[in-house]
Amino acid sequence: MAKRFLSGNEAFAYGVRLARPQVISAYPITPQTIVVEKLSEFVEDGSLKAEFIHVESEHSALSCAMGAASVGARAFTATSSQGLLYMAECLPYAAGGRFPIVMMNANRSTALPWNIYGDQRDSVSQLDSGWIQAYAENAQEALDIALMSFYIAEHRKVSTPFMANLDGFVLTHTYEVADVPSQEQADEFLPPLQTENKMSLAAPKNLAFSAGPDSNTIFKYKEHLGILNAKSIIQEAEIRFEQIFGRHYTGLTESYQTEDADYILITLGSIAGLVREVVDQMRAGGKKVGLLRLRYLRPFPNEEIAAAVKNAKALAVLEKDISFGSEGTVYTNVNSALQKAALSIPNSNYIGGLGGKNISAEEIESIFYELTKQRSTVQFLGIGGEGSGN
Amino acid sequence: MKPFLREKVPTSFDEIPDTTSYEAGYLVTKNAGWRSVRPIVDTEKCISCLRCYLHCPDGVIFRQDGKVAVDYDFCKGCGICKKMCKSGAIRMEAEK
Amino acid sequence: MAINAQTLNETEFFYGHKACAGCGGSLAVRIALKVLGENTFAVLPAGCMSAVGFNFPQLCFSNNAIISTFAGTASMLTGIEAGLRAQGVTDFHAVGFAGDGGTADIGLQALSGAIDRNDDILYICYDNEAYMNTGIQKSSLTPFGARTTTTPAGKNIRGNLRPKKNLFEIVAAHGIPYAATASVGYLNDFMRKIEKAKQIKGTKYIHILAPCPTGWGIQTDETIDVAKEVVDCGLWYLAEYENGSFILNHDPKEFTSIEKYLRKQSRFKHLTDKDIQTIQNSRDAKWEYIHRNFK
Repeated sequence: MAKRFLSGNEAFAYGVRLARPQVISAYPITPQTIVVEKLSEFVEDGSLKAEFIHVESEHSALSCAMGAASVGARAFTATSSQGLLYMAECLPYAAGGRFPIVMMNANRSTALPWNIYGDQRDSVSQLDSGWIQAYAENAQEALDIALMSFYIAEHRKVSTPFMANLDGFVLTHTYEVADVPSQEQADEFLPPLQTENKMSLAAPKNLAFSAGPDSNTIFKYKEHLGILNAKSIIQEAEIRFEQIFGRHYTGLTESYQTEDADYILITLGSIAGLVREVVDQMRAGGKKVGLLRLRYLRPFPNEEIAAAVKNAKALAVLEKDISFGSEGTVYTNVNSALQKAALSIPNSNYIGGLGGKNISAEEIESIFYELTKQRSTVQFLGIGGEGSGN
Repeated sequence: MKPFLREKVPTSFDEIPDTTSYEAGYLVTKNAGWRSVRPIVDTEKCISCLRCYLHCPDGVIFRQDGKVAVDYDFCKGCGICKKMCKSGAIRMEAEK
Repeated sequence: MAINAQTLNETEFFYGHKACAGCGGSLAVRIALKVLGENTFAVLPAGCMSAVGFNFPQLCFSNNAIISTFAGTASMLTGIEAGLRAQGVTDFHAVGFAGDGGTADIGLQALSGAIDRNDDILYICYDNEAYMNTGIQKSSLTPFGARTTTTPAGKNIRGNLRPKKNLFEIVAAHGIPYAATASVGYLNDFMRKIEKAKQIKGTKYIHILAPCPTGWGIQTDETIDVAKEVVDCGLWYLAEYENGSFILNHDPKEFTSIEKYLRKQSRFKHLTDKDIQTIQNSRDAKWEYIHRNFK
């Protein structure tokens, strides 16, 4: 293991190199570029033996990765925002084909208006595409998820593509110290890709075929099972990871001071670091508040959320996306989890950080204070409730 | 070798694969029902030039005993073989 | 020895498919695979050939084959070629079969990208001159005057008003190692070109005209004759692009009648004598260009 000063993008690239991908296809888009630049440098200096394909679009990036996966090669790509949306056709295609591709997405706002900064509207809009979705908080976790993602995606019980999300700029471009494991350790952790879901000269197959009404539901149900199976395989991967690398991860969610908390803020991505600081400050002042960070949105942590918040008096969901005409999509999903667990806890939805807008410690603190009023509503940070400005 | 008709048609939950991949060249239905006319080869006239075999869009004409024969399970009766035959060895006959 | 009907691989790789009777596209796919052989990985985008060949559990390719997205034929081929090479597989061919819409319209960007990278793939466009799978809509390879379901022939507009996109020369302009045109009416020529493409490293492109009896309004047994006639009357040509030069393979001494070719197809039934004269003039201009620039 070696300590390095790395940006989130660079850390992710180091994690990908450790996984020894055989084909990398990528098209540049801010703020993803650093990860593919770094990988191309690794290929150039010989430290990564991979075919680096300079595709002419994001659609081709994922189409090419699917081609590589269809013959059993380990494939990686990366994108962001408009690029993710441009390849949107290929997302459910890769998931339905059960191709265990790993893709990093640098979370960025979607046009219009144009904006290159971070929010999560891009990936959250693709929750229904059939991909596993993870959200990293810091560079170390980004690196570790990069390596673990291949293990999870390629596991024969899962066989599902994996989208690892890093908040644009805030995480992708911020430098932190991260441990880079040795290649020997990584090889011990991650076996070569083995799959029957491929074309080969030894056993010719027809892939990515049509399935009519009689069998279609069965294929789709099995796809659903695959991503549900990821729940236990994520756990398995993290146990193995801790055994080899000594770093501990907590599955689909991460709880901080939730056990006795009256008020819990649920969020995801890099903002969790600041929320943790606010929780510490408020705890010092005697306020029983906590943080629940969603590390994965697919598979969705229904049971984990219910278990973590069941004794809380009120909840807030803070997210960097909005499903226009409804509410934040994470909020919708959290409420479904609560309903399934028969939990009736007052809760509010806070939409923040859109187009890279800073979320301050004061704003987070005020969310906790507003929770004591126990109202249920959708609020835009810095604007107010839905009636504001009318 | 070519794709051929199988007896087993995967239909149940367990028979349907977990992924959209399956053995190459797996046929479970014929195309014979499409046909209103069928090609009949007169082996006396056939000189085995193989023009019919070459031009068949469905590949259902094959060599047999130095002449050609037709796989009626998959012939659609398009009539290209008759058109291609320079020795008048193929005629189209109405299906009953 | 040149490949012909007698020497052609007897294995059928594309069989039991549900293409319309007399389909020119399925013939092009069948013949190409027989020349390429069993170590072929075929990519077919959404379109006629994937629609008729991949209906689980009726799977009609005995070689490795996969459906790509409509726009993704070339990029998926790239991934397959790279993925196999990365695993040390060397003895194989990666071939794509896309229609005119999948090639000249929605798939052109990915095709251009693959040629630009000079990926070691063979891309075959089976050109039936419209979106046949969706019900005969105009593509950019639909010829002038043709009636399609989106270029109806009425009192005000007589079918498609735009000429056929010159895709062969657009592809050649990339400086591709090998490109060729072909017709299912001249299969020996087509087989020779596939055989040649097999031997060449880098990107290869073959554009084969493949009549569609359903969309062109001809009898199912006329496919081959019409595909021959379109070459003989000069509305299509057999050529190659190699080492930076265009080579004409077949130079008809005298063209057969354009009118006869057009009138036998219901998609051209509405054309006036003036329209036919327009088509003839553009043919003559094209051949003047060919004779000037092709060897």
